[in-house]
Amino acid sequence: MLSGCRILDATDRLGWLAGRVLADLGAEVTKVEAPGTDTAHAEWRALNVNKALVELDLERAVNRERFDALAAKSDILLATPVAGSAASPCFDYARLAAINPGLIVVAITPFGLSGPKAHWLASDIEIMAASGAMSLAGEANATPLRVSAPQSYAWTGAQAAIGALVALHHRAASGRGQLVDVSAQAAVITALSHAPAFVTITGTAPTRAGAYVTGRSVTGARFRVFWPCRDGYINFILYGGVAGRRTNEQLVAWMRASGAELGALAGIDWGKWDPTGVTQEEVDAIETPIAQFLSGVRKRQFLEEAHRREMLGYPVANVADTATDPQLAARGFWQDVAGPEGRLERHCGSFAIVDGVRAALRPGGATATFERREKQA
Amino acid sequence: MSTQALADVKIVEFGSYAAGPHIGKVLANFGATVVHVESKRRPDGFRLQYPPFQDGKPGINASGCFAHFNDSKLGVTVDLKNEHGLALARRLVDWGDVVIENMRPGVMARVGLGYETLARTNAGLVMLSTCNMGQTGPRADTPGFGSQLTALAGMCNLTGFPEGPPMLLYGPYIDFIASTLGASAVLAALERRRRTGQGAYIDVSQYECGLMFLAGPLFEYQRSGKIAERAGNTDPEAAPHGAYPTRNGGWMALSCWSHAEFASLCRVMGRADLADDSRYATRAGRQANAAPLDSAIAEWSEGQYAPAAATRLQAAGVHAHQVSTVADLFDDPQLAARQLWRNRPHAVFGEQACCFPAFELSETPGEITGAAPLLGEHTEKVFRELLGMSADDYAAHEAAGAFE
Repeated sequence: MLSGCRILDATDRLGWLAGRVLADLGAEVTKVEAPGTDTAHAEWRALNVNKALVELDLERAVNRERFDALAAKSDILLATPVAGSAASPCFDYARLAAINPGLIVVAITPFGLSGPKAHWLASDIEIMAASGAMSLAGEANATPLRVSAPQSYAWTGAQAAIGALVALHHRAASGRGQLVDVSAQAAVITALSHAPAFVTITGTAPTRAGAYVTGRSVTGARFRVFWPCRDGYINFILYGGVAGRRTNEQLVAWMRASGAELGALAGIDWGKWDPTGVTQEEVDAIETPIAQFLSGVRKRQFLEEAHRREMLGYPVANVADTATDPQLAARGFWQDVAGPEGRLERHCGSFAIVDGVRAALRPGGATATFERREKQA
Repeated sequence: MSTQALADVKIVEFGSYAAGPHIGKVLANFGATVVHVESKRRPDGFRLQYPPFQDGKPGINASGCFAHFNDSKLGVTVDLKNEHGLALARRLVDWGDVVIENMRPGVMARVGLGYETLARTNAGLVMLSTCNMGQTGPRADTPGFGSQLTALAGMCNLTGFPEGPPMLLYGPYIDFIASTLGASAVLAALERRRRTGQGAYIDVSQYECGLMFLAGPLFEYQRSGKIAERAGNTDPEAAPHGAYPTRNGGWMALSCWSHAEFASLCRVMGRADLADDSRYATRAGRQANAAPLDSAIAEWSEGQYAPAAATRLQAAGVHAHQVSTVADLFDDPQLAARQLWRNRPHAVFGEQACCFPAFELSETPGEITGAAPLLGEHTEKVFRELLGMSADDYAAHEAAGAFE
């Protein structure tokens, strides 16, 4: 869909996903990396596939002219400027606008280009901390946690892609580019869902609840979310209301068909069951037979049975489970692309199917020097 | 309004909860006219099903949850089960450039609003459908909540300590990955339409979008068979790397990416001896001896106030930030400088603190044009002023129950 849109991607890890998203939507993305960059790193490969690669060391002033030549022919520049670094003058918006007034410059930084923390250092864990996300993950009253695989870079890149395209839309009308200033801290706040509304409306701040959900019963009872199963964990929650009724009834039916001990479940009318008033003792009595039953179930078995029975709940998947999920295979999610030495690499495909087609990833990572690229151009 | 980048874009949302409406909210903040369609019989589920509510009392216009995802929009009610209402919905789509919906696959077609039907009278229409699993595949019809889908996508498995259970992330985490990526897809489709006149039908699976946020670990598994596991707050490339307790029950995150940075941390802590300790001379050494090192840092941090300590560490060139609570976000001077929170008058809340997106544009800065709409607040405005219905026509439709 972005066919003909030329993007120069001079980002570090904080911005890699932005170029990947735009490439997956059809843009021609050229990734600039200094010679010697570790392009074999899994994160690098996964988020820079579908881009052409040009080697250019932007920390050397002698290369600025070459960088400017690329910027002059681009519609969008993605950059992660670090104040005071040798490369940062490359990304100065006023300078670039004089070279190419139509250029959209997307500056992606941990806290934004201005403000009291504009120059603060932050990697994933500090961004997750600054955005409030860590305060919401982990056991209550214990260490706040980040997701072990960095998430803040992805949130930031995804927001940057929107900013780039909003500016591109405006340029179609005005002919002018502009500066897009992306804050990673603000980007992750998107992940907090409606948690901020509690602060402004009730004066309370949501907190982390670990592996349980609370706040659904006036007695303060905790409801289990993660249940050990034969080969890992299952995410299953006892909901009330219409959604919970079918799920709970189907779970009991499944248990009954399997000859499982029903215990306290046997006498419950799920049409009338209301979690808002139950005590911890009652929750424990209900959860005991469920825990016993689920401990013997496999993750894939739960996924298939829950689908068949239209139950809410999913297994807690690891990357191996994901890689073998038939749903993803049926939709052609995985794409095999030739890597640097001709070996096929399997990647996540484009996130969207447009007009029934998931756009194929282009073989990427083919290194070219600036001179070779210019010659090809 | 006319100066905003998306001022010429008209969006109609048949969406509810988070994944659909969040796309429209972001685009509305940059000037798009977004009409959120509900019905009085079946309002957006966020209006009544989830707290917080003003004064703790559920009310159709008292939901902070609904308000959070629907600022800057126009709200209408149309009964799609009423033939006159359905006809009006189609007129609304003909007026629009974009339709966003997040119902279960097939529902839009069943009510007479499938893409093929709508594109017959609006050939350039861009339509985005977002749901749990996508529109096709053996589990396409799976119902589900984003909070649980986050477990299937792998994030929960990667949150927590190796010896403990997986952990929840807050709310329907994965929904916002899909809505953020979906907003880009809508804008890309509009760009193609500008060039070619061609519309688009975009199928967004929330599950697949979520996997893009774990593309690295998934690639590593496909390449080497390595299965990523949860690892607390550790990181393979930095040490120390974690969250440490501070005074008054707070926490602070910090990380060191070189020995020089570690030495700076030690100086700020008044523990220069640690920098000279041979056990901590390399990253591998600091990782192997993480327990005593983390204890030493915690012993220092427990006497510090997190914001002040983080400021001192940053001045010394050390990655650090307090672990902000959600309440802290409203006092953060950096977010204040960016005007992330923008109060707008709301009939029930008095004022609604609306959250601006994470990017600022120098020429077309965007704006929060108003708090979230009350149920059906703009029905008359949209159909009379934007669609040009006569007073008599509007009244006749109203009498026929089209706006219920």
